[in-house]
Amino acid sequence: MRDVAILSYAQTKYTAHEKARNEVEMLMPVLSEAVEKSGIPRKEIGFTCSGSTDYLAGQSFSFVMAVDAVGAWPPIRESHVEMDGAWALYECWVKIQTGEVDSALAFSFGRASMGDLPSVLTMQLDPYVLQPLHPDATSLAALQARALLDAGKSSEQEWAEIAARSLRDAKDNPDAIRKGDADVAALLKEPYVASPLRAHTLPPVTDGAAAMVIAAGDVARKVSEKPVWIRGIDHRLDPHMPGVRDLTVSPSTAKAGEKAGTGQGGFDIAELYAPFAPQEIILREALGLGDGVRINPSGGPLAAHPMMVAGLARVGEAARQIWSGKAGRALAHATQGPCLQQNLVTILEAE
Amino acid sequence: MAELCGVVGIGQTKHDAKRLDVSQVGLVREAALRALEDAQLTWSDIDAVVIGKAPDLFEGVMMPELFLADALGCAGKPMLRVHTAGSVGGSTAVVAASLVQAGIHDRVLTVAYEKQSESNAMWALSIKIPFSATVVAGAGGYFAPLIRGYMMRSGAPDDTGIRVALKDRLNALKNPNAHLKFPDIDFDQIQGSPMLWDPIRFLETCPSSDGACALVLSSEKLAEQAATKPAWVHATAMRSEPTSFAGRDQVNPQAGKDCAAELYKKAGITRPREEIDCAEIYVPFSWFEPMWMENLGFAEEGTGWKMTYEGATALDGDLPVNMSGGVLSSNPIGASGMLRFAEAAMQVRGQAGEHQVAGAKKALGHAYGGGSQYFSMWIVGDEKP
Repeated sequence: MRDVAILSYAQTKYTAHEKARNEVEMLMPVLSEAVEKSGIPRKEIGFTCSGSTDYLAGQSFSFVMAVDAVGAWPPIRESHVEMDGAWALYECWVKIQTGEVDSALAFSFGRASMGDLPSVLTMQLDPYVLQPLHPDATSLAALQARALLDAGKSSEQEWAEIAARSLRDAKDNPDAIRKGDADVAALLKEPYVASPLRAHTLPPVTDGAAAMVIAAGDVARKVSEKPVWIRGIDHRLDPHMPGVRDLTVSPSTAKAGEKAGTGQGGFDIAELYAPFAPQEIILREALGLGDGVRINPSGGPLAAHPMMVAGLARVGEAARQIWSGKAGRALAHATQGPCLQQNLVTILEAE
Repeated sequence: MAELCGVVGIGQTKHDAKRLDVSQVGLVREAALRALEDAQLTWSDIDAVVIGKAPDLFEGVMMPELFLADALGCAGKPMLRVHTAGSVGGSTAVVAASLVQAGIHDRVLTVAYEKQSESNAMWALSIKIPFSATVVAGAGGYFAPLIRGYMMRSGAPDDTGIRVALKDRLNALKNPNAHLKFPDIDFDQIQGSPMLWDPIRFLETCPSSDGACALVLSSEKLAEQAATKPAWVHATAMRSEPTSFAGRDQVNPQAGKDCAAELYKKAGITRPREEIDCAEIYVPFSWFEPMWMENLGFAEEGTGWKMTYEGATALDGDLPVNMSGGVLSSNPIGASGMLRFAEAAMQVRGQAGEHQVAGAKKALGHAYGGGSQYFSMWIVGDEKP
């Protein structure tokens, strides 16, 4: 495999409801910033891949407008995944591995506030046997949380502590939309939204966009003083139907982690895409992350949850920790699908 | 640097207007099982799965690959979902091939599908978004003016499109999987069919189909050991450009020309018309055959129609085009691009049955999408590149 490094990352200042800008207008400054910081002129970037879903925009071919934001003229080598931006990053990494290109731009965007996100995500379920029951994303996460409680693997207290930690850490993240000091006892007095989930265990509906430029080792060393190296990246999938899974574990996360190289451990921080607080317990177990690993210093998805972007943002936030010198080795995780169905793990390191 | 990649299994469904006998699950499994059977492999032989389809609104399921994954043996494996508009079937195969070429996986299953009968593509393409222009006319209304532009530029005879449609509809009679089959089709029937979007007549138009296509791709070592003769991937290429800007040539788009140029360069082809034995290209409306003949460099600009007129693109011509009957005869949109790629591979493997081009050694597969702005292509050969 070729060495590949992250050269730059940019994201929007997230918002609960983007009132003025459309997707192209959200993307343009983010793409410009990522490209400019990469040190590679836009027209020399070898490949571009984006991640998004038509079901947030409410129209077919919604990714086509993003081509306008990239400035695809002269025509570019480009692809799109109907997946979180983390998988767009994966396709970029694959393209560099083929040797056809030496650099690539991954980006993603989503305006979840235009619809009722939990209900929109219901449209992601098996249309014949599951969707007609209309379980929304929050209800499915509540089932998973209940399974954790029943298995004696976690507690509501632990989830409130995760939420309080996330909001506290988010105070240092200017892009987060939910932040502050929360009292765990007070959080536990909140009413249930979907038992056993309270509001603080749920991700905020968030609009945003993010972009990242990566390059093969020789190019990265030439243009960047501080490339962040992608030491491993892998993704795996669990069955779709919640009824055939043990919801208290995530075999796909464990396998992706193993393939990416989590076995060596040594992580200073981990950015985990657990949209619902209880899922962090499952991910930590699957990835073998002990108490010594700081989880979600950015505040994580409980502080900002731009749908289709949050996975790429975990990689970006982990890279930022390395750029700032706060971490030498970091893990970033991304997920999509009901109850952590599909998972991607990236391992990052400083030089 | 890249590893070689071979197509070792090809499968497709019987395409039809409404495959009411199967769900989306049954449809993709039908194609995947046929590809595995062709390769004499089973689910456990597959390392990763790449799924492609056109807009999710075409079935009304958001990211349907997540629920289809169970039926395609994806559990515990990497699964990617590609969507690049109408070119997606081709792009999906290109992404799957890149996983092998990068040396990441030895055997990849790729599946593309559309089950248009479960929603309404015209509706899905015509949603009015506030503050943005919409054609509210589906694809035909969008492409008709481009065809007019081509007719004016080239001075092509008005019946060129009818001749393309007749050829493709006759070819479809030789393809057991084709959706539309008109056993007694002739020039007059096509000419007399209703004008839908002037100059596109009903019988010069693609149908809405349910269908799927699947390919099994292998690394060089495994392809050499394959049960049946592989089709070797000589080159792949993709290009995109914005939908509209002042001066954009939508009739003969730069992205298509650039894509073909990169493809030929990678495949070591300098004279495409002589070196390529047959081409299966994305022609959803008959006139796009001459337009793409020029865009792909098979004919000088303004002369693509002559290839149709002189019979060069017929099954017994010097460059047979759309041997399967093409998109005009079967159009499960998300799969349509992969069906083109699959037909090219079938030709060089000599498994195209009645629509086989004798002695085909190098074949082109082509797909396009969006407003003639997304392109994906591959060249496959009977021998290693």
